Amino acid sequence: MSTEFVNVGVRTPKKDVLPKVTGAARYLQDLEQPGMLHGAVLRSGISRARILSIDTRKAEAAPGVRKVLTGAHSEGIVFGFGKDNTPLKKDLVRCHFDEVAAVAADTEAQARAALELIEVEYEELPGVFSAEDALADGAPVLHEGRRNLFTKYDYKHGDLDAGLAASDEVIEMDIRLPQHSPGQLAPSGCMAAFDHEGRLTVWTPNQVPFLMAKDFADAFGIPGSKIRVIQPTIGGSFGKGLDTHTLDMITVLLARECGRPVKVVNTREEELRVCTTRQPSTVHARMGITRDGRIQAVEVDFLCDIGAYVSWGVGTPVVKLETVAALYRIPHAHMRARMVYTSNPYSGAIRGYGNPQATFILESLLDELAERIGMDKVQIRLLNANRPDSETPQGLQITSCGQRECIEKVAEMIGWGRELPANHGIGIAATMNVGGGARIYRSDGCGSIVKVDDFGKVTLITGTTEIGQGSETAMALIVAEELGVRAEDVSVVNTDTDVKPWDVGCHASRTTFIGGNSAILAAREAKAKILEYAAGKLEASPDELTIRDRMVFVTADPERAMPISTAVRKMHFRPGGSGVVGEAFYDPPNQMMDRRFYGNMSVAYGFGAQAAEVRVDPDTGEVEIVRLVAVHDAGRVINPLAAEGQIEGGAAMGIGYGLTEELQLDEGRLLNPSFLDYRLPSNQEVPKIEVGFVETVDPNGPFGAKGIGEMGLVPTAAALTNAVKDAVGVRMRRIPMTRERVYRALKGLDYMND
Amino acid sequence: MRRDITLTVNDRVYELSVAVDRPLLEVLREDLELTGTKYGCGTGDCGTCVVEVDGRSVNSCLMLAVEADGCTIETVEGMAPGVNELHPIQRAFIDAGAVQCGYCTPGYLMTAQSFLRDHPEPSDEEIRSAFEGNLCRCTGYTKIREAILDAARALREEAGR
Repeated sequence: MSTEFVNVGVRTPKKDVLPKVTGAARYLQDLEQPGMLHGAVLRSGISRARILSIDTRKAEAAPGVRKVLTGAHSEGIVFGFGKDNTPLKKDLVRCHFDEVAAVAADTEAQARAALELIEVEYEELPGVFSAEDALADGAPVLHEGRRNLFTKYDYKHGDLDAGLAASDEVIEMDIRLPQHSPGQLAPSGCMAAFDHEGRLTVWTPNQVPFLMAKDFADAFGIPGSKIRVIQPTIGGSFGKGLDTHTLDMITVLLARECGRPVKVVNTREEELRVCTTRQPSTVHARMGITRDGRIQAVEVDFLCDIGAYVSWGVGTPVVKLETVAALYRIPHAHMRARMVYTSNPYSGAIRGYGNPQATFILESLLDELAERIGMDKVQIRLLNANRPDSETPQGLQITSCGQRECIEKVAEMIGWGRELPANHGIGIAATMNVGGGARIYRSDGCGSIVKVDDFGKVTLITGTTEIGQGSETAMALIVAEELGVRAEDVSVVNTDTDVKPWDVGCHASRTTFIGGNSAILAAREAKAKILEYAAGKLEASPDELTIRDRMVFVTADPERAMPISTAVRKMHFRPGGSGVVGEAFYDPPNQMMDRRFYGNMSVAYGFGAQAAEVRVDPDTGEVEIVRLVAVHDAGRVINPLAAEGQIEGGAAMGIGYGLTEELQLDEGRLLNPSFLDYRLPSNQEVPKIEVGFVETVDPNGPFGAKGIGEMGLVPTAAALTNAVKDAVGVRMRRIPMTRERVYRALKGLDYMND
Repeated sequence: MRRDITLTVNDRVYELSVAVDRPLLEVLREDLELTGTKYGCGTGDCGTCVVEVDGRSVNSCLMLAVEADGCTIETVEGMAPGVNELHPIQRAFIDAGAVQCGYCTPGYLMTAQSFLRDHPEPSDEEIRSAFEGNLCRCTGYTKIREAILDAARALREEAGR
């Protein structure tokens, strides 16, 4: 670690931690407004049906009930990524939890009790419960006027056939990937209130508050200037906060119709049923390789069940194709993805956003090919790894790149090549992830304001969002470093769209890089003002001054000095005085992908490799993780404590994806809507996660940093299945690797179609 | 049906009249406004709502308030010994980086308090087993287990003084 920094690189506890350990932190669940009502939502409980009638009279007369809304109140309100959803359904229900009525009452218990009194008559219609069935001839049309095949993606570079012809070994594989829930501990909810002038305030654990305000403006016809979004402490999000959810829309509708603040919060059962998911996919893939281990060609065909409505999940192929094209140096690649409506619960964004899926596929194929050509599995990855300062066929401009070093270091840490006990195995998998923003909109920007007051207190008002990951602390460290103060001097304001400058949102591991660069520019402007004033007082020119540890001094003569607080105070208290505020908007020089999905989507790319040692019980199929090592290149690490936490938490989520978590459906009905049956990995499944960093210094990152939020989870499931192959010789082509599936695979029985 | 109950929570005595079917979690959060204790699942599967009842850690979503009649309860709000002071377990969670979103944290702190009373020198294995019912989606548990070990050390040192 460099010694030139005072703040950057220092293990720093989170700025928001004190209220979290004393119980003072206020999550959405803990908020109230004067006169607030509680809402609850009636869901269809039927996967596809025509609504014949709804009778709400008994519910309206129930104790405490103030308002009962149905589809008639939703008329004309359309929202969602594909503009195919409406808050309360009037004619058709398209999935098992479709919202058909909502109640506002004095208490939550009264609202929920009233739901039981609403009588809905349905005419059941045949549902469609797989992407295959939805594409079959004669399949029911799920959205009038639309094809069940909502959209498809087709990406290629090079010449696949030529690449396959140049290969000495080609492997083909069918793979099935599960529906995976964000599983954040705080269930989703929303609180909304209109004031006397029709101004709407929404309290929400959303991750993209400015885009959400636009969603409300579009849906309800309210001018965006009258909408304010406030983010309370967020109890985990992991990507689900990219969408404006039906629940959010219903809460606003209730608040509007009641003329009072309304809060609606999901129970855990509701949350698991309705929360958007990582989409289930069936995959056919091929990879070709030369005898000496060079990947020649990759072909991946995704069939994705996006569920009953289109949400943010539909865009994941943009990331999948980036991985297929550039996880390794691959001369010929072709990826197709078909995104298909069904009557199932619908998918959204989750941490990794398509990357865990694509990485699982490539790393499974490569692992098998290494065996076929008899090449060491570490060597084959080193051979094909990306190099610094290179351009990929898709047009990614890779600058800093520690992928090879990550693979080497993870192999060393896990003890690659050592003798293992019977039924133990080691697997390895690598990752590449955007780490310098991701231009999926016309803007990838973020605004910042830095002000310094006459007590020496620094306030950063940033567009970024804290979802628990530690962005506030990273921003404070960055501003403190730039300004020459300490992180504890910096308070971060980031929760209110009426206050904070615009930001496109918390996604794509972009906050440290984009928000950090923005904060540096704003801090630099504030610093220049202080230096200009202090230069006069210290009889030197601004470029002869340094600010360190809250003091401005003449670099060549440190005795000539004054505290920042004094400088700012004197700037205020003088005729024609001035304040110290710096402002910046940083929009990185990355590119929108073109129609062929070519372009440099990010300014920087993060890399990593993980290695798992597992023990497989051949009698039961149980997979126990003995060790898990994760080495990542996120550029210069701003806060090692938080960066380790991102990798550890990501890897644990990857353990869930690979081993324990799957939303199980029966004709669109969720069979496991509880944490007892939907198994987040617990302390029992998750070993100590051993984290290492390869600190490349990125030329464009804030102090050399790159993003880190997602990649901890990306290679984990692949490392685990590769370890199982090493341990007991079965290639698991379906995750999660439940005991039963591993057992069946060991016995040579089908485990792909349970 | 309602019943009159007495709860001693964080050293304060509350005389309450509560409906017999209400979980302790709801009464703590809504009637006593002690919102530090969190709802995560309502079925005892996640541990976010753990409080201490007569010195034992309990999922407050599974216990009826009337069952706690006459009991002494501690919630996360009662943990710090005073203003500007923290309990060693709180301190350890901060320093080890064991908190991210923080929603599971109060349940962890309360579980840790009773666990460490019974296991002043816990092994990693004992921690993994005792905290199986405390889910966390953010941290990957590694730093939480470090924090519990650090807290155990700090509490032993405090007791030895």
